[in-house]
Amino acid sequence: MAIKSLTVNGKRVPVTYNDPQMPLLYVLRNDLGLHGPRFGCGLGQCGACTVHIDGAAVRSCITPLSTVDVNKKIVTLEGLGTPEKPHRVQKAFIDEQAAQCGYCINGMIMESAAFLAKNKKPTEAAIKVALANNLCRCGTHARIVRAVKRASA
Amino acid sequence: MNIQISRREALLGSGALIVSFALAGSSTGAQGQGSAKPLALTEVDSFLAIDKTGKVTVYSGKVDLGTGITTALRQIVADELDVPMNRIELVQGDTLLTPDQGKTWASVTIQIGGMQLRQAAAAARQALLAEAAKKLGTDNLTVADGVIMAGGRKKVSYGELIGDKNFSIKLDPKQPVKEKSPKDYKIVGKSAPRVDIPDKVTGRFTYMQDFHVPGMLHGRVVRPPAIGAKLEKVDDSAARRIPGVARVVREGDFLGVVATSEWDAIRGADALKVTWSKSETLPEQAKLWEHVRATKVVKEDATSNVGNVAEALAKEGAKIRKATYDFAIHTHGSIGPSCAIAEFKDGKLTSWSASQATHDLRKQLALMLGLSPDNVRCIYVEGAGCYGRNGHEDAAADAALLAKIVGAPVRVQWSRADEHGWDPKGPPTLVDLQASTDDAGNVTAWDSIFYIPQAGPELNVPLVAADLAGMPTAKVSFPGNIFQLSAIPYKFPNVRTVCRRLETTPLRPSWIRTPGRMQNTYANECFFDELAAAAGADPLEFRLKYLDPADKRGIEVLERVAALAKWEKRPSPNKAASGNVVKGRGVSYTKYELVRTYVGAVAEVEVDRSTGRITVPRFYITHDCGQIINPDGLKSQIEGNVIQTVSRTLIEELKFDRSQVTSLDWKSYPILTFPEVPEIVIELIDRPTEKPWGAGEPAAAVIPSAISNAVFDAIGVRLRSIPYTPAKVLVAMQAT
Repeated sequence: MAIKSLTVNGKRVPVTYNDPQMPLLYVLRNDLGLHGPRFGCGLGQCGACTVHIDGAAVRSCITPLSTVDVNKKIVTLEGLGTPEKPHRVQKAFIDEQAAQCGYCINGMIMESAAFLAKNKKPTEAAIKVALANNLCRCGTHARIVRAVKRASA
Repeated sequence: MNIQISRREALLGSGALIVSFALAGSSTGAQGQGSAKPLALTEVDSFLAIDKTGKVTVYSGKVDLGTGITTALRQIVADELDVPMNRIELVQGDTLLTPDQGKTWASVTIQIGGMQLRQAAAAARQALLAEAAKKLGTDNLTVADGVIMAGGRKKVSYGELIGDKNFSIKLDPKQPVKEKSPKDYKIVGKSAPRVDIPDKVTGRFTYMQDFHVPGMLHGRVVRPPAIGAKLEKVDDSAARRIPGVARVVREGDFLGVVATSEWDAIRGADALKVTWSKSETLPEQAKLWEHVRATKVVKEDATSNVGNVAEALAKEGAKIRKATYDFAIHTHGSIGPSCAIAEFKDGKLTSWSASQATHDLRKQLALMLGLSPDNVRCIYVEGAGCYGRNGHEDAAADAALLAKIVGAPVRVQWSRADEHGWDPKGPPTLVDLQASTDDAGNVTAWDSIFYIPQAGPELNVPLVAADLAGMPTAKVSFPGNIFQLSAIPYKFPNVRTVCRRLETTPLRPSWIRTPGRMQNTYANECFFDELAAAAGADPLEFRLKYLDPADKRGIEVLERVAALAKWEKRPSPNKAASGNVVKGRGVSYTKYELVRTYVGAVAEVEVDRSTGRITVPRFYITHDCGQIINPDGLKSQIEGNVIQTVSRTLIEELKFDRSQVTSLDWKSYPILTFPEVPEIVIELIDRPTEKPWGAGEPAAAVIPSAISNAVFDAIGVRLRSIPYTPAKVLVAMQAT
């Protein structure tokens, strides 16, 4: 068993592992007990596992632990905000009631928060393109787009 | 605003009400699992409890599958009891604590489950008022926020009245308790924000996939590469060298790996060298419809029979039109693969899962493992959205089997391929239709045959683990209600609709959102449009012509969707359409199961003639489900119905070879993405004095046909095979 340090949600945390190829998602969920990043496909196809690494939206289900170290700033949905102090994107999702089952919503929020950081006033069409690789099965798309739009205002 | 209620009025409203409370624990009706809490549908205490602090606990057998329904259920109870919503806790789908209100399916959670809760709350409120009348010495009482007041001076709270006691009140559906007058509802009918969303958007919510129990191990299942394949040989030497792998479990053809960490379980499963026998049990996909047509018919059910169809069809001069429609096999495609945890303690099993029917799962797990149902407790933990019976129950069976064998709590998380490959499917549907018209285009006869799998004998899907391990489970099980809406809402002089129930269907069938009602409405509403076009009639007018004139709500839904969509009265196809990308519009209608929720839909489509690609820029929906509990929650359900069904109509088709499902990820089973999602314009028709009906399914029923009819309007080509892929559109255009 090996050990290394990561920087997650502003804190330095030690993690132990057997396999350096283990995806980051399993460390975040099972070792650090985080519920934000979700297992959806393990293939990088759906986006449910999205986290920020140094501000970029990354699919943690296909990010081997070996590729991240303590110098990379990992932020999960929990690190973005809380029910008491939500991030503006999270608040916009609450205001628009933009969730049905909500399982994909982690990816929607993490992807759009990273997108909005670089695109202050996107058009609706640009938002849709930015989220084109994030899947939702409940059909919450229209509300999600409205929420991202609201967060950008 | 408070409501004046006299004790006399309260008592008159309910012949069956026994106005007395019993000490906690002394109530009757306890059953199994060591519970003292009543579960019978005839007891108020089964559904709700109020403690001495005034906190209300609602016990719901219906569960929240991600629709937000538990917010609506809280609204119903809070309003009926006159307590604020935040004083309500809700326990769902726990076989030890919640009554068996049936599976969470078929758009009946509000309609049946919610109304049972409303009755329980109304009975509880009346009992509390009667007790307060005794205590305060007056009949002239008002209630606000769980406090009963007499003339503004004397007051007593629900908590003070109930103390440590139960209600001990019987409920009798034949003698319903008087409920509040609809005009007095303050919480029902309002868009209360969903209670779960703040936690869901911040990572604080615990889904089934997040749930843990102490000492838990991680299990992974290894399914055969072919349905029906036998496990011949396992070489687990490489798997057992992986640190963390605790056990490789083999039971018949069931194979699984249990490890101390999830990743080690995955690696262990990957490292197994397994030899399976060859098995080819599935038909060739290219010949699916020939296969369906050739499958043995075990039963023929006439779902409607009016007049004499044979005679009308044979009549001289009758113009006969025939068409065949088909609808592909679909998978649920939950974004989170199924997950469950099982734990055995002292011979008793506790199972946590996102099952839509924990009371049924309890019986299934008991049968499989040879346990008394009293020794099985199933607890619902909300998972990723489920649109019918998907893989949750199977994951629960996997976990139970592994936990039993390894003697420790085991969590099983399915992979994406497990979910796509092994969740039960929406069966293929084939429909033959014919109709006769007279010279003026009037429909003289309607005749249809639906080729759909047989029903029952029971409504539980066999558990994969039990099948593989050779343990007892339901052998034959099919979605019985898929005959619904084979009959039509239109009044033709001669109508015959027949369901040929087939002995088998490829792949394990279950129900996916709007099961049968979607496929059947699709064929009916498209073929109806064919008749309108043949008659040179406006398709919306043609519907109004044949609807029962006494069915005012149905007519209103159609008239209002016409106004909403600014429907231009003319026959289809649109003669003015030209150019490479052509626009069209189509209408569709349902009265769900011919007895409840009304939906009118208008689709706007664009068809690219050169590529065959269809896009759906806009949908208009009018929706009448009676009394609306939560308008925004209802809109959310309608939006979900539209978007998910546009996906099913245009894109989705499960692929398989002779051995197994080959659509094992999102690349091989794509679904609709953001750029393709239509704008949705919704008009809700609220009828506060009518019964509330369901909304989780009905709007989905009309989506495929509205799109199909709009495509015909655009290009004059009738599409009859779902999904409407560009390749199929091009072929249909060439054939026309």
